[in-house]
Amino acid sequence: MLHEIWFLLIAVLWIGYFVLEGFDFGLGILLPFIGRNDGERRQLINAIGPVWDGNEVWLLVAGGATFAAFPNWYATLFSGFYLALFSILIALILRGVAFEYRGKHDSARWRLGWDWAIFVGSAVPAFLWGVAFANIVAGVPIDKNMEYTGSLLTLLNPFGILGGVVTLTLFMTHGAAYIALKTEGVVRERANKLVLVIGLVAAVAAVALLGWLEAKTMVTGAAVVSVLAAVSLLSALLANRLRSEGLAFVGTALAIGLAVVALFLHLYPNVMPSSTDPAFNLTVTNASSTDYTLQIMTVVAVIFTPLVLLYQGWTYWIFRKRISAARVPDAPATPGSAAPN
Amino acid sequence: MDALELARWQFGITTVYHFLFVPLTISLAFIVAGFQTAWFKTKDEKYLKLTRFYGELFLINFAMGVVTGIVQEFQFGMNWSDYSRFVGDVFGAPLAIEGLLAFFLESTFLGMWIFGWDKLPKLVHLAAIWITAVGTVLSAYFILAANAWMQHPVGYAINNTLHRAELKDIVAVLMNPTVLFAFPHVIAGAFMTGGAFVMGVAVWRLLRRPGDDAPFRLAAKVGALALLLGGLVVLGSGDQLGQQIATEQPMKLAAAEGIQTTQTQAPFSIIGLWDLNGKEIFSIKVPYVLSILATHDPNGVVQGIDNLQAQYASQYGPGDYSPIVPVTFWSFRFMIGAGSLAAFAALWFLWRMRNGRLPGRFGVAIAVALPLLPLAANSFAWIFTEMGRQPWIVYGQQLTSQGVSPSVTAAEVAATMIIFTLLYGALAAVEVGLLAKRIRGPLEEPGADSADSADHPAPFAY
Repeated sequence: MLHEIWFLLIAVLWIGYFVLEGFDFGLGILLPFIGRNDGERRQLINAIGPVWDGNEVWLLVAGGATFAAFPNWYATLFSGFYLALFSILIALILRGVAFEYRGKHDSARWRLGWDWAIFVGSAVPAFLWGVAFANIVAGVPIDKNMEYTGSLLTLLNPFGILGGVVTLTLFMTHGAAYIALKTEGVVRERANKLVLVIGLVAAVAAVALLGWLEAKTMVTGAAVVSVLAAVSLLSALLANRLRSEGLAFVGTALAIGLAVVALFLHLYPNVMPSSTDPAFNLTVTNASSTDYTLQIMTVVAVIFTPLVLLYQGWTYWIFRKRISAARVPDAPATPGSAAPN
Repeated sequence: MDALELARWQFGITTVYHFLFVPLTISLAFIVAGFQTAWFKTKDEKYLKLTRFYGELFLINFAMGVVTGIVQEFQFGMNWSDYSRFVGDVFGAPLAIEGLLAFFLESTFLGMWIFGWDKLPKLVHLAAIWITAVGTVLSAYFILAANAWMQHPVGYAINNTLHRAELKDIVAVLMNPTVLFAFPHVIAGAFMTGGAFVMGVAVWRLLRRPGDDAPFRLAAKVGALALLLGGLVVLGSGDQLGQQIATEQPMKLAAAEGIQTTQTQAPFSIIGLWDLNGKEIFSIKVPYVLSILATHDPNGVVQGIDNLQAQYASQYGPGDYSPIVPVTFWSFRFMIGAGSLAAFAALWFLWRMRNGRLPGRFGVAIAVALPLLPLAANSFAWIFTEMGRQPWIVYGQQLTSQGVSPSVTAAEVAATMIIFTLLYGALAAVEVGLLAKRIRGPLEEPGADSADSADHPAPFAY
């Protein structure tokens, strides 16, 4: 029972991470295309300014919780997907520093450099997380000692790449929907147009991915959730056509969350199936910590997760207003101009 | 080099680098919160200027702490997967709790503080920086509790079937005597670092950019106070920690001193020279001091490397159970030396700046060097703590050589280490450049802050 609770909680943490960081990855990827001058780019970056760092913490907690609740899952995954996770780390470092440092020096070249750091730093993880999860669910070569025996190239198989395309395009759609919801002016118009275009690509890729999985291993619950995910995405696109930006964003968020649920339903009761031999599968049982540790972690999670949701939700409420181009100063924030006025 | 040695270098490089930013984050959060509180209470614009000025320096530093911190969490699984399997049941819990309790708090409320200047009521905005500061300290506690368990494992049992340590008592892990002493030691060390930084910057401004004397004289005093009070707590907690090490990790203490044989009335070597096998070539000793440090008794027994080696060999089987003596010996002394120098420099500044005076031209060089001293002390302290525990990764329970990832090749570790090092080096240059630019820049006129209009850009917006 505790194993199931923690499998569920890990899923919740990844849903939180992909739904939240998903739109700021999407925004980062679209930054150079939707933002055509410095003012527009600043407008975009400031639209996620107060929240992106808090969004990223969901990843840290997902990682830490996996370490605590399923040490063997954490150990096999992180040492096995070594170069993929390393690439994600480099990307997240570049991106995080870019947000903070971009506006701190008055030079067009400086800002352009950081803009591309944001783009690459968002695109690489948006793609690689999909590759990683597609491979986790499909199974990778794992030996009897729970050690991964493949390489980076093993992960870049057609199914893995399809997974990467799904997360990349889904996050871009989600990001465009966020920009449309949170900004004003020309940026908002461009984002609204992109939701439909990228969203259709995402829908095709996602249906292919979840259908492929369903064909491989029939899981009724996952099939239902997959259909719901597809319906959410298509509803989002419809809402976008009807100029209901709030509903469109809710739709893309639901689509991402439900897609993660479908993946975890396919995964259970494994956490990392072995393509070498099903006897070597990592499961919720053989990868997990002791009941005592899981009990303590459950108490901590039950008390603090709602609190986190509450205060993180509150920040979204405080910064709910759309960012207008006028809110962003023309000149970058050199020390002298950083004060109001 | 093999994968093990490379993974150890990678951990050393990324951890020491990460910890250049952490102490500044912790202490500057509190110092900036203090300035903002003073502004809130007195409405004196001097405090608002200082809040904004040091707040921006704090943010430049904070970003680096955050991004290098992600590497730390991933690294256990990436390079040390057998360690992770062995300790996950115990070590994972404080790590996960750190994320859930502390990281969310810091990042969410810092976002509110950065962007909330004209959106939040002043009291709520002030609370945001205080909550951020509390988050940084909570984070430090949990990660230090995890590290303390590696130094002195408690509250667990070994499951020989599953080859892992299993948690039996979470309270024992969180109340490990080692963390109870290490926590004040690290936090006070952080305040020495932030204090030295605030003071160094303030003195530099007074000497090189005169015109804002009142706020920067005040900042220099605040910095000196943080540094000196921090220094006192570092001294007291360090003394307690030393005794903890003497009883729980006697080999670390013996290696820190290069003592070969068990003795009473043990002397302390101020300087010394050892060959790489730990054999003493030359040293200058002060009698009794080590016995006093380790046991608070001049006649106290201090165990020697040879005796401990023989004891461990019979206990754990054949092998070398001593760390690299010159590394532990010198890192221990550099830690103490750099920390003490920083405190003396602060006292010297206070003396030279008494009654509105200013230090001479020499003061500029010392102001620039001042923040580097506690930074160096912090680095040497971690090198001492971690290298002194070797060859163990979990003291007495798992050897470092048993913790490394079996599926990761030396080429992979080497490649990632080179890229991390190059990237970290480049980012350090960028960060120092930005700090220097901001330090030289004008101390802002706060302007009509009360005329809140929603269309003003927030002061720290991107």
